[in-house]
Parts: sequence; C-alpha cells; structure tokens
Amino acid sequence: MDANKQAYREEVHELLADLEDALIELERSPENRDLIDRVFRAMHTIKGSGAMFGFDDIAAFTHTIETVYDLIREGSLGIDQDLISLTLASCDQIKAMVEESEGGEKADTSRAEEISNAFSALIPSGEEEPDTMPASVSETGKAAKLDATPFTYRIRFRPHPDLFANGTNPIPLLNELREMGDSHVICHLNNLPDLTEIEPESCYVRWDVILTTGCDINAIRDIFIFVEDLSDIDITLIDESSELDEDEDDYKRIGEILFERGDLNLDDLESMLNRQKRIGEILVESGKVQSSEVRSALLEQEHVRNLRKKRITQENTSSIRVASEKLDSLVNLVGEMVTMQARLTQIAHQRNDSDLILISEEVERLTAELRDNAMGIRMLPIGTTFAKFKRMVRDLSTELGKEITFITEGEETELDKTVIDKLGDPLVHLIRNSIDHGIERPEVRRAAGKPEQGTIELRAEHSGANVLISVRDDGKGLDTDAILKKAIEKGLTTQDATLSEKEIHDLIMSPGFSTAENVTSVSGRGVGMDVVVSNIESFGGTVEISSIKGSGTTITLKLPLTLAIIDGLLVTLGEDFYVIPLGSVVECVELTEKDRKRAHGRHVTKVREELVPYIYLREVFTLNGSKPEIEQIVITEINGRRIGFVVDKVIGEHQTVIKNLGKFLKNTQGVSGATIMGDGTVALILDINRLILHAEDEEFKTA
Amino acid sequence: MARKILSVDDSASIRQMVSFTLKKEGYDVIEAVDGKDALAKIQGSSVDLVITDLHMPNLDGIGLIRALRAESTYRFTPIVMLTTESHAEKKEAGKQAGATGWIVKPFKPEQLIAVVKRLLG
Repeated sequence: MDANKQAYREEVHELLADLEDALIELERSPENRDLIDRVFRAMHTIKGSGAMFGFDDIAAFTHTIETVYDLIREGSLGIDQDLISLTLASCDQIKAMVEESEGGEKADTSRAEEISNAFSALIPSGEEEPDTMPASVSETGKAAKLDATPFTYRIRFRPHPDLFANGTNPIPLLNELREMGDSHVICHLNNLPDLTEIEPESCYVRWDVILTTGCDINAIRDIFIFVEDLSDIDITLIDESSELDEDEDDYKRIGEILFERGDLNLDDLESMLNRQKRIGEILVESGKVQSSEVRSALLEQEHVRNLRKKRITQENTSSIRVASEKLDSLVNLVGEMVTMQARLTQIAHQRNDSDLILISEEVERLTAELRDNAMGIRMLPIGTTFAKFKRMVRDLSTELGKEITFITEGEETELDKTVIDKLGDPLVHLIRNSIDHGIERPEVRRAAGKPEQGTIELRAEHSGANVLISVRDDGKGLDTDAILKKAIEKGLTTQDATLSEKEIHDLIMSPGFSTAENVTSVSGRGVGMDVVVSNIESFGGTVEISSIKGSGTTITLKLPLTLAIIDGLLVTLGEDFYVIPLGSVVECVELTEKDRKRAHGRHVTKVREELVPYIYLREVFTLNGSKPEIEQIVITEINGRRIGFVVDKVIGEHQTVIKNLGKFLKNTQGVSGATIMGDGTVALILDINRLILHAEDEEFKTA
Repeated sequence: MARKILSVDDSASIRQMVSFTLKKEGYDVIEAVDGKDALAKIQGSSVDLVITDLHMPNLDGIGLIRALRAESTYRFTPIVMLTTESHAEKKEAGKQAGATGWIVKPFKPEQLIAVVKRLLG
C-alpha cells in the first residue's frame, strides 16, 4: 500500500501544478468550458484517489470544492475572481496536507476549515450531495458469516431476454451462488423457441436455485446487484434451522394406518397406490404446469426433506457432556482394575484352584471389555482440531499472497483426547511450515509449470494400534544442498560424512536447525522442527519426513491410539523388570558370547545378513551382577531404522497401565513411566527414542 | 492463457493499484489513461474485461462504453465502471451506455477482485 501512497503523492503534485495553470487561465477566460472541466476533473481525482489510499482528510477537504465546480459545470454557479483566489488557496492547502503526510510540517487545520466553509457557503442549500463517503456496493461479508446457522432459500432468477446486451454472463453468478453452500440448481428451458426462431443474442432460460447457506440474504442479493434491472429475482426463505420440528413429521398416511390396523393387506395397498397418479404428473398432463416447474418443486421438496432429516438425526443422537477429569479418574480406576485382575489371575494359577481360575478368567474378560469401553469414551474424532486449521490456512495464505487449497481427510478418525490436546501445536507448526516454506508464490509456481494454487493436505488414518497423521504439500520440497550446507555450518554433521537423502532430510529435525533465510511472522521464529519432534516423541509418537525436490513434502506423525494403556513387551535385566512398547518391536533374537566376539567388541550383530546395531542396556543402566550366558536382543524399528536392545530375558507380552514416575523421577532419561505388575512389583517403561538418541550422542563423543 | 483486462483511468495511482491487484491474481493488464487512449490500445486485439473510470479527459467513461458497445468485438465484453458518485444518475447513464457492473470508490483490492471474478467466472 505504501507504493500506492507514494504514487498518489506524486500524482497530486502533478495535478496541483496543472490545476494552478488552469485556474490562472480560467481567470482570464471564465467562460471556457474545457478549463472548468479540467479543474473539476483534477479535484475529482484528488478526492477519489485520496479516499482510496487513506488520505481521508484530503478527500473530505476536496469534496466541497468538487461539488462547487460540479455546479459551475452545470451552469448554476458563476466564476469570479474571489472564487479563483479561494481555489488557489485550497491548492496550497492540499499541497500542505500532502507534505504533512510525507513527514513535513503539520498543515493548518483551521485554515482548511475556513476554506471549506467559504466553499460550502457557495452551495445553495439542498444542493449538497446526500452522502459524502458512499458505502461501497459489494461488501463481501461472505466468508465471515459462513459459520452462522444455515438457512435455506429458494432463489428464482428470471433474466430478461436482453441480459447479454450489457456483457453479463449469468453462469459465474450461479457458480458464485453454488459456492455459498449446499445447493441444487434447476434450469428451465421451456421458453426456448425452435432452432429456426432462436435469437442467439437473447436469453431464453431461467433458473431456480435451492440454497442452504450460512450467509445472510443480503450476500445473496449482492450477487445479483448488477443484474437487478435486467432480471426478476425472487429470494424466499423456505427453511430456517431454528424452526421447531412440530409440524415437520407428518402423521402416517391413510394407507399405512389401514394396513397397520389390518383392514388392508400390503399387496392390495401397493397395487392401489400404483394405480394412483402423482400430483405432479396430473398437473403436467393437465397442462397447468410445465414439467420443469414440477421438477424444480420436487427438488426443493427433496432438498428440504434431506436437510430436516439430517437435523433430526443430529438432535436424536443425544450426548452428555462430562468433565474430562471425571473420565481421567475413570480410566485410572480401570487401570488399577487391570492391575488387580493380573494379580488375581496369578494367585488363582498358583493355588491351582479351578473355581478360582474360572472366576479370574471371567473377571479378565470383563476387565478387558471395561478397559476398551473406558478408553472408547475418551476417544474423540480428530476433525474438531482440523476445523481450526482451515481458518489458519486461509488467513496465512492471504497474508503471504499465496493461493492454497486446504484439503482434510479422515476427520472421523478417533484418538485419545489427551493425544489430540497435545497434537495442536505440532500440527500448527507443520502447516505453517508448509504454507511459508513449502508452497511457492503463484508466479514461481506458474514458472515451474505447476498450478498457481498450491495444495496442502491434512490426513488422518488408522494403522494398527497407531494413528497416522500426515501433512502433505505440493510445494518446492526440501533442498538437500541447502540443508547440508546449513547443517555443516551449525556443526550438526561434517563435510566428509556421506549421508543418504533421507538422512539429510532428517537433519532438519536436529535441535537448533532452521533453513528459513528470513524470519517471517509466520514461521521461523526460532521454534524449529526439533520442537515438533520432541513434542510428538514425548507421548510416544514418531515423525517421518519424505520429500521430493520440486514436487513437495510429506510429514507423517505416527501416534499411539491412547496414552493410558499400551501393549508392552516385558523383559528382565538382573532382578528388575522393564517394558518395551510393543508397537515398535519387530522381533527378538539371541545374543551369545560367540556373536559378541565375532563383532570385535562393536555393538552390532548380524540378523539375516543384515547388520543391526544394538544398545547394551546393562551398560546404559550400569547394572552389576552376572549376565546370563545367552542374552536376548529385542529389535525395534523406529523411523525405518532397526536398532536392538540387549536384555537378559524376554518374558512376554504385557498389558501395561502407564503410571507417571512422579515429581522426583520425572526427568529420568530413558524411562518414560512405570507400571505395576500382578505381584505388585514395579516395571519401568523404556523410552526407546530417548535411549537411541543418548547412544548416538555417546557414539559421537567417543568417535 | 491468462485473461486480459483493460484498465482505464486518468489517475496514475488508481491505475497502479488496479494493475498491481489484478496482476497478483494472475491477470494480464493493459493500462490506458483515458477513453481515447483505451480505444487506440485495443485496436485489433480483444480483452476479456474492461475497467474504466468515468471522469476522464478527451473521451470519458460513458463515451468509451458507448464506443466499445458499438464494436462487434466488444458487444458482450463485461465492462466495469469505477465511480465516486453514489447518486443514481451517473451510474444510470453508465448502465444505459452498456456497463455490466460498477465499483464505488473508494474500494479495497478484495472488492475489485470479487467483482472481476463475478463477471469473468
């Protein structure tokens, strides 16, 4: 806008020079119409353009002068020397006002008022224009009003035959209507004459539109504002959502009642009904109504019926709101229950009491069901979070001058409420990244042969015990060269490291990495991908990046369905029990002394001809005591990499109720929580992501 | 192919703003300083939409609209007039001459785009 302001200032200076010229000549020949026109036009432009670019004071000041010269043009006012002097004085005043806006001296407002009053005095009363700053015709308040309660309108658009004569194309108008909401359009062709008689420059068709929209009726009228005089437009409200449902449910039809009472059998009823003609058919046959009119009316009926049906189902699926703390405590209780049930099963088997075993099995079944139900209650469709991103994408893309279509899929995918709550910030960051760094500006996209409008897709789907959420854009993709350069600069990798493309992409998730060249208000405010990653990992999720340069980036978040109870693999190290989340476990293999010797002390082993590095947990947790002859490696897969964890013994699957470690142990590295087992012992839940990071750091230090 | 829009206005700042706004939306813009200039500039070619001011030297907006409607190429081309007059007479004259729509000054870039999209689809 500043460039526009500057252009306006320059323009005013030119116009003022021209104006002074014209005024001095006008003094000599006051009857010269061309000169009067010139003065009027200059004032008109100063006023009109001034209002456009925020020079409201100048626009207001010039307005009265323009009115006076308009009257002179019409011949109702004459020109004298005083008027010329006054106008010249006003030129100086305008100049001062422009200079003030450029940072010059403050213009004398009392002088401006004096001049204005003098001009006003020249205008005969009643000649003053009714409104000085006319409200603009097409205030497009549509987007803002979309959230309002939807109403259904019937719009009958009957263009006059000469509609095309002023260059109007009715199709964009209908399209604009259709974009406002759920709609049905019917085109009436019955006025169309025979081909031989058709006047191709005349409009013979008309349309009925049934539209359900949250926009108000003025927004609909606004669409037709240019064709008001060239057509008949009828807009009728035919359904409002707030309406009570009393008369919406018609009572049963007579046939149904007779059938229900047993007075009529079904076959007879149907054959009789078939004999009966529908009212529409009867009307068309009688020639009273055109068939397209009947079709249009039927469409309206169907549209509103569907709408009402939807509303009724919505109202009937009753629900109650419960404070989430209540749910949390329910889930906690269920957790305790699962723990107690494990204990019961254990004791029952120890005693070998068949009656007790029977009861414990029954309790086990009920507990499992209770657990699933309690978890189910906390599940929410992720769609609620998606909705707020639509607005964000719209606002940001306009701010950055980019055109972006935002597509969401899988809104109905359910996730634990606590996961959803924690997901908001990371998703905001990823989408902002896509808008800011991913999608290019329209002109760049055009040059690259892509559609000017970029696409960002937010998708959620189930995958086993996980939910995958991906943010995909068709932007410029990750620039591996730039990432590598930056990573070396920041000391995240070395010049001579040979990295695969994927490893380079993963570098952007390292702490302290940000490729944005300039910091914008949208992203790149020091909060990088590493924050997203640690956020997601904090509740057991993983982040994966895939990107093709030039055609886009996809970031996939893999999240656990729930945070309260997970399937785990129970293992032992010395006397202690540990749980590894089963979701990331791929397989278990043995590790013998012989295997270890073969690797020359390196922590790698060969699994089916593939080298797998492992982490020796006894070392990590500095456990003393003797290790068994044959140890076990639990192989996990994270972000496509296989990494083993060496433990003493693998016991088996375990329903793990996650307990927090409490205040003092909260920051313990490598352990994300604890669980209580059937016999009351505590098992620690391993945070395998953290353990891997820790091992990598150690490796880096010793290397 | 990008749609071509002819912008006619004697005010340089308005021309600049209109051009900038439309080019950003991906339209091609031809600028003219008044009606006479506009007619000269579109000789032998065609544009998809015309946006014209009403008060201009040499040939004003109403005259331009009449001249365009008289040419077979421009009989059905959408024409938008920019007007500061809120009262009906000037707008009416424009409509009589064959203008398709109008925008009342001062207007915001979004309003300009909304009107252009409404007429061009």
